[in-house]
Amino acid sequence: MVYFLIFISAIFVNNIVLSQFLGICPFLGVSKKIDTAMGMSAAVIFVLTLATVVTYLLQMLLVAWGLEFLQTILFILIIAALVQMIEIILKKISPALYQALGVFLPLITTNCCILGVAILVANGTEKLPMGAEHGMLTGTLFAFATALGFGLALILFAGIREQLALMKVPKAMQGTPIALLTAGLLAMAFMGFSGVV
Amino acid sequence: MSNALKTFTNGILKENPTFVLVLGMCPTLATTTSAINGMSMGLATLFVLVCSNVVISLLKNLIPDKVRIPAFIVVIATFVTLVQLLMQAYLPAIYDVLGLFIPLIVVNCIVLGRAEAFAAKNSVGLSALDGLGMGLGFTLALTILGALRELFGTGAIFGLPVYNDHFAALIFVLAPGAFIALAYLLAIVNKLQKK
Repeated sequence: MVYFLIFISAIFVNNIVLSQFLGICPFLGVSKKIDTAMGMSAAVIFVLTLATVVTYLLQMLLVAWGLEFLQTILFILIIAALVQMIEIILKKISPALYQALGVFLPLITTNCCILGVAILVANGTEKLPMGAEHGMLTGTLFAFATALGFGLALILFAGIREQLALMKVPKAMQGTPIALLTAGLLAMAFMGFSGVV
Repeated sequence: MSNALKTFTNGILKENPTFVLVLGMCPTLATTTSAINGMSMGLATLFVLVCSNVVISLLKNLIPDKVRIPAFIVVIATFVTLVQLLMQAYLPAIYDVLGLFIPLIVVNCIVLGRAEAFAAKNSVGLSALDGLGMGLGFTLALTILGALRELFGTGAIFGLPVYNDHFAALIFVLAPGAFIALAYLLAIVNKLQKK
């Protein structure tokens, strides 16, 4: 039951983009069309889950050797290397998937949501519903659910933006301002989930 | 001399990272719940910007082109770790408020962007000035946004009450308010630029 709650919490109640403010750059940058939004979401789901598992194991090593201060440096390097590796492996194993995700993978290396979630889970400080114990399994589920939440917010936003492109917007508000305002309204809507879990 | 001045003011006005380049949105939205928080985040980023710009400019001829991005990231991450540890030791209250976003300075597009676009191609002095200018521009933007959100959300600025918080709109201190406040700030900047 608590695993189901982790999903509800990470996707709706504490949505990574709309309430935790991680991943805003791709959120604003890749959300102009639903197709690109779906591609980006898939890439994020892939990388975030894998990266969280790897960095969690790395953190266990760092703690064992008393090197926690190296967390930031090593995590970002591991994530960069991991994304490179994923690109190479994907190219070999599934060219179709590589074609679909390909262009987004390098973009998410320096994405704050990947590093952010990795640090949160590795330090055991991610927001879990009551009754959930911090650990490798819950951490991985949390990361997967968080990425799903990212995808949800991104696709919703892309859908709205596609419609917005057909509307008459005042000159000063065109582009980023109206997008931010829309995101704000979306965030307000998601606030309705607070307290559910 | 005028080149130096131009480099410095570039980051504050013409190419302000938040209002013009629209980079580094994550910390901008997340840490501006009050003017002080915004200012602290800006200053931490400024420190990292200046230091990493200087070091990268010093090393620019020694780093092979193929590994330059990972090399830049290591330099930046080192200074971010430095800021993290210093803040944890000497400014624990601010450290708790800014929380996760201090290590996230590493993936702040502004820092890597300036390293790549400026420090890798210019002298140490100019790079330092560029880092300073960009950092100040960022700090200014964050402070303004933080002050606005604090003013509308709690009726105070920098902790000093301005009006009765009965009339304050709490939403400005919460997630949606960040998006809305920044949206209008950007719209105002756009309007001023068109003129």
